[in-house]
Amino acid sequence: MDIAQELLNGNRLALSRAITAIENEYDDAAEIMKKIYPHTGKAYVLGITGPPGAGKSTLTDKIAHEYRSQGKTVGIIAVDPTSPFTGGAILGDRIRMNSLTLDEGVFIRSMGTRGSLGGLSHKTADAVKAMDAFGKDIIIVETVGVGQSEVDIVKAADTTMVVLIPGMGDDIQAIKAGILEIGDLFTINKADLDGADKLVREINMMLDLDTFMTDWRPPIEKVVANQGEGITELIGRVKQHREYIEGNGELTKRRTKRTRDELMDILNSRIGAYLKKKIVDTGRLDDLVEKLKARETDPYTVADALTSEMLK
Amino acid sequence: MDKKIRVLVAKPGLDGHDRGAKVVARALRDAGFEVIYTGLRQTPEQIAEAALQEDVNVVAMSILSGAHPHLFPKVVNLVREKGMKDVLIIGGGVIPESDIPALKEAGIAEVFTPGTPTGDVVKFINEHVKA
Repeated sequence: MDIAQELLNGNRLALSRAITAIENEYDDAAEIMKKIYPHTGKAYVLGITGPPGAGKSTLTDKIAHEYRSQGKTVGIIAVDPTSPFTGGAILGDRIRMNSLTLDEGVFIRSMGTRGSLGGLSHKTADAVKAMDAFGKDIIIVETVGVGQSEVDIVKAADTTMVVLIPGMGDDIQAIKAGILEIGDLFTINKADLDGADKLVREINMMLDLDTFMTDWRPPIEKVVANQGEGITELIGRVKQHREYIEGNGELTKRRTKRTRDELMDILNSRIGAYLKKKIVDTGRLDDLVEKLKARETDPYTVADALTSEMLK
Repeated sequence: MDKKIRVLVAKPGLDGHDRGAKVVARALRDAGFEVIYTGLRQTPEQIAEAALQEDVNVVAMSILSGAHPHLFPKVVNLVREKGMKDVLIIGGGVIPESDIPALKEAGIAEVFTPGTPTGDVVKFINEHVKA
């Protein structure tokens, strides 16, 4: 099967196989990306992040239903952690999304982080592109449950939603410096629990102290995701943010930066692979390490010599 | 290349007991597989579609209600109809020995009954997933 062509024709199995090729770095992955790239850039990417147990998957499910009721097609990439010890993973986000499984307008894919520490996997961005080329209108990227610094989602998403829940007490202070800085909007889930209003006040206080680069002040929406309460309003906020960044050029700026970063990543990994082939696989690295151990030379001198040799 | 074996652990039908499925899921995780668990009370259609979207190598089903003669073969047929010819489909749960030949005939590669060491399931998957 010509995976890229079939994907563009709307074949769901081809989309699925394409994401596998991307994730596993199969030999044909680059060829698939080349063919689908011209068809990307149309979808809007909504990132959903927050601590474990905040209700990200349940919220994703409800948001997807809301978009479907507006007639939009939805792709979902749900990331869960890979064990650093065994490489295995339990990907359990679909449990909250079963009512979407048989909707042909929705495609859900679970991914393990596979060693990436930023809350996504290294291949999430390319998986987003596959869903984009397939024709999904909205792509929701749900991160792993995050703590302080897993902020890769801002690089992948057009709008980033940070989901928090009441009752985390002083933990709110602890995560202040990390994920709270990246929210284009804040969702307080489980808002029927005690402490929801207190949490809203705390976030507002934090926002009061922010020196905003723009005049967008992230709104705070209270929802009860498992009851579906507040979802319509929440989607309205996402729409507002989208219109705001489309209107002032911020979306173009974000996407330009993303394109630059992606190209640099590909170049870096190509150069890394070239170096490995030339230095590691030939055994030269081992010889050099011996010289370093004997203090016959130093790593910087070696690096100077090698880079000028390789990159002339 | 970083090929990983992906397994869908699924609970078809109406029984509400997934302790066994969770133990197996955990063992498969510890064996280095990516395990997609979809929760209780799945229809065969949901299981087959999840298998397609997740591009799994294995569908592992657990049934404790006695509905396996009906549900297991249905999942096999739906998965094959979707073009996933190589997917290994296995089953487990409270399944009488006398039912096993018919399930295998229907395309269930292996049936694991109560008392099976989880390592046997891991070994079977490692030996039978097509690279």
